[in-house]
Amino acid sequence: MKNLHHTLGFSDQDVLTMYRYMLVARRVDERLWLLNRAGKIPFVVSCQGQEAAQVGAAFALNREKDYVAPYYRDYAFVLYWGMSIKEMMLNNFAKAEDPNSGGRQMPGHFGSKKLRMLTHSSPVTTQNPHAVGIALAAKLRGDDIVSFVTFGEGSSNQGDFHEAANFASVHKLPVIFLCENNHYAISVGLESQLACAHVSDRASGYGMFGKSFDGNDPLAAYAAVKEAVDRAHRGEGPSLLEANCYRLTPHTSDDNDMTYRTKAEVDEARKHDGVLTFADYLRDLGILTEEKEQEMEAAIRQEIDEATDYAEKAPFAKPESIYRYVYEETD
Amino acid sequence: MAVISYIDAINLAMKEEMERDDQVIIMGEDVGKRGGVFQATKGLYEEFGGSRVIDTPLAESAIVGVGIGAAMYGMRPIAEMQFSDFMLPAVNQIISEAAKIRYRSNNDWSVPLTIRAPYGGGVHGGLYHSQSMEAIFANVPGLKIVMPSTPYDVKGLLKASIRSNDPVIFYEHKRAYRLIKGEVPDADYTLAIGKASVKREGTDVTVITYGLMVHDALKAADTLKDQGISVHILDLCTVYPLDKQAIIEAAVKTGKVLLLTEDTKEGSVISEVAAIIAENCLFDLDAPIKRLAAPDVPAMPYAGPLEHEFMVQPDQVEAAIRDLAEF
Repeated sequence: MKNLHHTLGFSDQDVLTMYRYMLVARRVDERLWLLNRAGKIPFVVSCQGQEAAQVGAAFALNREKDYVAPYYRDYAFVLYWGMSIKEMMLNNFAKAEDPNSGGRQMPGHFGSKKLRMLTHSSPVTTQNPHAVGIALAAKLRGDDIVSFVTFGEGSSNQGDFHEAANFASVHKLPVIFLCENNHYAISVGLESQLACAHVSDRASGYGMFGKSFDGNDPLAAYAAVKEAVDRAHRGEGPSLLEANCYRLTPHTSDDNDMTYRTKAEVDEARKHDGVLTFADYLRDLGILTEEKEQEMEAAIRQEIDEATDYAEKAPFAKPESIYRYVYEETD
Repeated sequence: MAVISYIDAINLAMKEEMERDDQVIIMGEDVGKRGGVFQATKGLYEEFGGSRVIDTPLAESAIVGVGIGAAMYGMRPIAEMQFSDFMLPAVNQIISEAAKIRYRSNNDWSVPLTIRAPYGGGVHGGLYHSQSMEAIFANVPGLKIVMPSTPYDVKGLLKASIRSNDPVIFYEHKRAYRLIKGEVPDADYTLAIGKASVKREGTDVTVITYGLMVHDALKAADTLKDQGISVHILDLCTVYPLDKQAIIEAAVKTGKVLLLTEDTKEGSVISEVAAIIAENCLFDLDAPIKRLAAPDVPAMPYAGPLEHEFMVQPDQVEAAIRDLAEF
């Protein structure tokens, strides 16, 4: 196995960290399904199959100053960006302490001003113009940041996707649009969503840089996003990137994906699952030893156990709190 | 105190706020070199430059959505919708996003955004340059909707809207732009959003309305004064959230209430005003609540006689007040 990460400037420890975040997201996600099936949480929306793209992308951004607008599947991205497993569990149990919304929103609707992470909603792609507005304001103030936004391939058909992309390109703004193409918009496959081969093909229509990459490979994700970041800092405007992923779970815990795709198709996709293939890469290079792997799994499991226990016992927001924060509260 | 037009008051409020706070920016179609199709932003591009007075691509959802993003970064954007009729592509950004961002983030994020839009008919604008769109947004908590009637109110309320830390839709009656003139102080002042304003004290009949129709009510009141009918006029100024206390006080004052809107009748802002009065003032009323509004047809036609038929006319206002006085 050829070492692919040294040329990108990553140490062996860096790629282990990268893998760890992918694994944490996967294990958190798996736990959420168990909690849902046990009747402890009402709803799960999954990141499985997209962890590699998310963590690779996040590694290319600056966690100290960049602004991000992740969408509802970005568990791995958000964990790396600064949200703890405990906070993730508080979000999924919809408890008062959930830093995203205090239990007001469904799970996966992330947002944290402290982390410069925009608040997310359910109507898809509304976050794209917001990310453009962040970049516009930063440019006006002379702040050297990038604004990063993610969405799915189905969402890339929304008007807000096109309006945001065009606006960003006309004004040459430092925006990175990352489409996490998981090949399904609930039940509707790619062939019924796009007539072009890649979402990134649309970039040329906006006069911006476009690129597709293997969404199962965190190093490919890093390289593509890093290229877009460098372009943005050089004043070359926005980029439209596409991570080719596969949604390994049903759309949500309320979906039955066997009504529209086959088990054989999902099993085939699992062979390319980035969490597994990146582990193989690290094992082949002797970076991920059996001992390290067991240690990592045990530590993650313990942290998830503790976070789950904490979140389950944590109080809900008080019912009378629903009247608050409709408008600014003064005095 | 200078006498200036309604549109000059809009221009002046923006100019003063941009001088006062360099986080105030304007975004919209034709707002730059052209100074706006109605000239509301005239001279601002020259004074503040293209980075603060931004000609955007022709895409309303982006104008509002990008404005929301800039607001979340800490700017105070003024997003211009060229006509209120063309706001509909931006409704998702206004209702799903701007209105809910403070609430859904549990007070973490906020959207200090002002959305300006010309509304109203009587200008041969046809179906799509004449509509009153306020009712669409008037049951969306998280939004504020301001609809001033005079240059004085325009300046004070537009400044308050720009300084608001929550999203405000600021509707300007396009026929008022040059028709309505009034005294406006040179000094910096703001008026409270959410407060109605008594435009005339009276004892026989109360008229509650907003926007350009305030002037129809004032004219009718002048005429009827000579006939011994004293009219009390309450200008809502903000149509969402409504100033319930002022509405109740105005209704109780005379016990006879006429509600006016240029919008189509069903589900209009004045329907909510009628409900507030019905809930709170039953034993103070001396006549049924009367509403005068546009007919429930899709929109205002273009041809002169058809437009005339659609719009509430001053003589109808006068007759309705007289009927109530004699009830």
